[in-house]
Amino acid sequence: MSGALSFLTPRSTIVLIVCGVALLVAPFVVDRYTLSIILLSLLGAYLGQAWNILMGYCGLLSLGHALYLGLGAYASAVLFVNFGVGPWLSVFIAMALAIGAAAILGWLGFRFRIEGVYFSLLTIAFAEIVRIGFDNWSFVGGAAGFFLPVNASLSDQWWNLRGGPFFFYYLALAMAVASLVIAAMLRSSKLGYAFLAIREDPQAARALGVNLNRTRFLALFISAAMTAVGGVYLAFWTNNLFPAQILETSKSIEIILAPIIGGLGTLMGPFVGAFLLVPLGSALTDGLRAIGLSAPGVKALVYGLILMAIIASTPNGLWPWIARKLGLGAREQ
Amino acid sequence: MSVSLYIEVLIQGVLSGLVYGLMALGLSVIFGVVRVVNFAHGEFAVLAMYCAFVLFGLAGVDPIIASLPLAVAFFILGYAMQRGMVQPFVTRPQHEQFILLVGVALVITNGLLLAFGPESKHVDLPYSFDSYTVGGALIDKVRVYGAAAALAVTAALFAFFRFTSTGTAIRASADNLTGAAVVGLDVKRLYAISFGLGLACVGAAGSIMMALTDMTPMLAPSLTLLAFTIVIVGGLGSMTGALAGGLLIGVAEAVASLVVSPAIKSMVSFGLLVLVLALRPQGLFGKAES
Repeated sequence: MSGALSFLTPRSTIVLIVCGVALLVAPFVVDRYTLSIILLSLLGAYLGQAWNILMGYCGLLSLGHALYLGLGAYASAVLFVNFGVGPWLSVFIAMALAIGAAAILGWLGFRFRIEGVYFSLLTIAFAEIVRIGFDNWSFVGGAAGFFLPVNASLSDQWWNLRGGPFFFYYLALAMAVASLVIAAMLRSSKLGYAFLAIREDPQAARALGVNLNRTRFLALFISAAMTAVGGVYLAFWTNNLFPAQILETSKSIEIILAPIIGGLGTLMGPFVGAFLLVPLGSALTDGLRAIGLSAPGVKALVYGLILMAIIASTPNGLWPWIARKLGLGAREQ
Repeated sequence: MSVSLYIEVLIQGVLSGLVYGLMALGLSVIFGVVRVVNFAHGEFAVLAMYCAFVLFGLAGVDPIIASLPLAVAFFILGYAMQRGMVQPFVTRPQHEQFILLVGVALVITNGLLLAFGPESKHVDLPYSFDSYTVGGALIDKVRVYGAAAALAVTAALFAFFRFTSTGTAIRASADNLTGAAVVGLDVKRLYAISFGLGLACVGAAGSIMMALTDMTPMLAPSLTLLAFTIVIVGGLGSMTGALAGGLLIGVAEAVASLVVSPAIKSMVSFGLLVLVLALRPQGLFGKAES
């Protein structure tokens, strides 16, 4: 742990503590609506962190992370509703399923040296195959969706992931912090350095004794398993699952926005990106509603424009720039 | 199921495949020359469909005829886009190019969603329900016309690359970029022309598709994937491959929707994609890279 945190300067430690305390007391200060926006930002940061481990650290561009999210969500929901298995147990099954799917994808991708754009397309194709499968699989509700029971007798059963807004808020906060810790520990571990080496130059990494396939598999597994946990959370928080939402390519794109805009391969990037995009998105929707317009496409349109602007002007994202301006995070480039 | 039904489905598959092939050809030309993967390809196809829809609504222009002016308009759009936006990305890492075009895709889809709403749109042509009878098999007239138009545009493109000096210069810079620059070719201009031609293909194909199917902005990502599947199956960067891939996917989807179920048809093409990636990643017609 102390090794993982060695990148912190005194100044960034203070900022981190201030942000941490602010997030801890937020439920007692802000209203329900604002709290839900912070919650969504935390969730976005968590999923972004998971994706960032694969792309930001290991250089593998996945455009199909909705697959792991959806598998995790459906696995835990179906186990809960049809078999009475609680989420604290099924989360492990969800992770195992996601790792299984990632193993097939990785086997195809790495075994047959499908690299670059081809790998990205393989991830999309995989996610799409599974989405169409779920769309037509009546056992899980097909396109009409799968629903978790919402009734009063189940409320406040925290062991079944049933609880009020506070409960889900602190759970999201815990997940976001855990993802940050995992990423930070990875960054200062031998495995993390192997990821970075592969990202920079796979051939040189291999020459230095890094087992390319094994390392890539590990990055994929960690990323997939973390994303599946996010899926379990989503299932129990929203109580409804539709293949057209949770398994859709647009979901995969949504996952990657925060880390790209915040800063690929940085620890704080997913947080910065998520805490910028989610509030911006809901402010846009609210603003339009206030002037009497309901325009479902505006949010994604603006996201698209931001994405283009960021990648054209600062392809490394906003965090490195912010960190430089504020004199934070000395070791993050 | 009778034999004539199978023949019918097979011919319909080939006819759709020609239009798919034209769309995918655009993606292949852009990648083959500019080495940028146009992730917004399906979005441009849907943009063309809406243009055709508007032209039909305002002036009653048959979408199949509108494919010609739309090809020209999309050529200009592509030329400007390459010049103004994509060119600086040519030398940047692949994932940055990809992300830029993901942004473009989001803007087009949601712009259309804002402008036209999520309802599906279609055009009623006077001959929409006419068909030819060939040996007991019924073939939709509109599909025959659409395929003929797609074939004409494709032939024009092949002729351009084969017989004009600009076309030859583009092929030269695709083969050997440094060599092309050394002999004094204006590579930036050639790139812009290639991106323009790529979008011209998708503009024409989208316009034709408007005559064949219903359309919503939500169709765009699946069209992008369809185009990718076709060019990867055929071989990314290979023009013949894109056409052959289009035919193969067109027929495979038509047969799958007859034999299994219509809902499962895109699964078949993804299955084919995975198979090709595993067994022959350079595609059926692609050249293996070093």
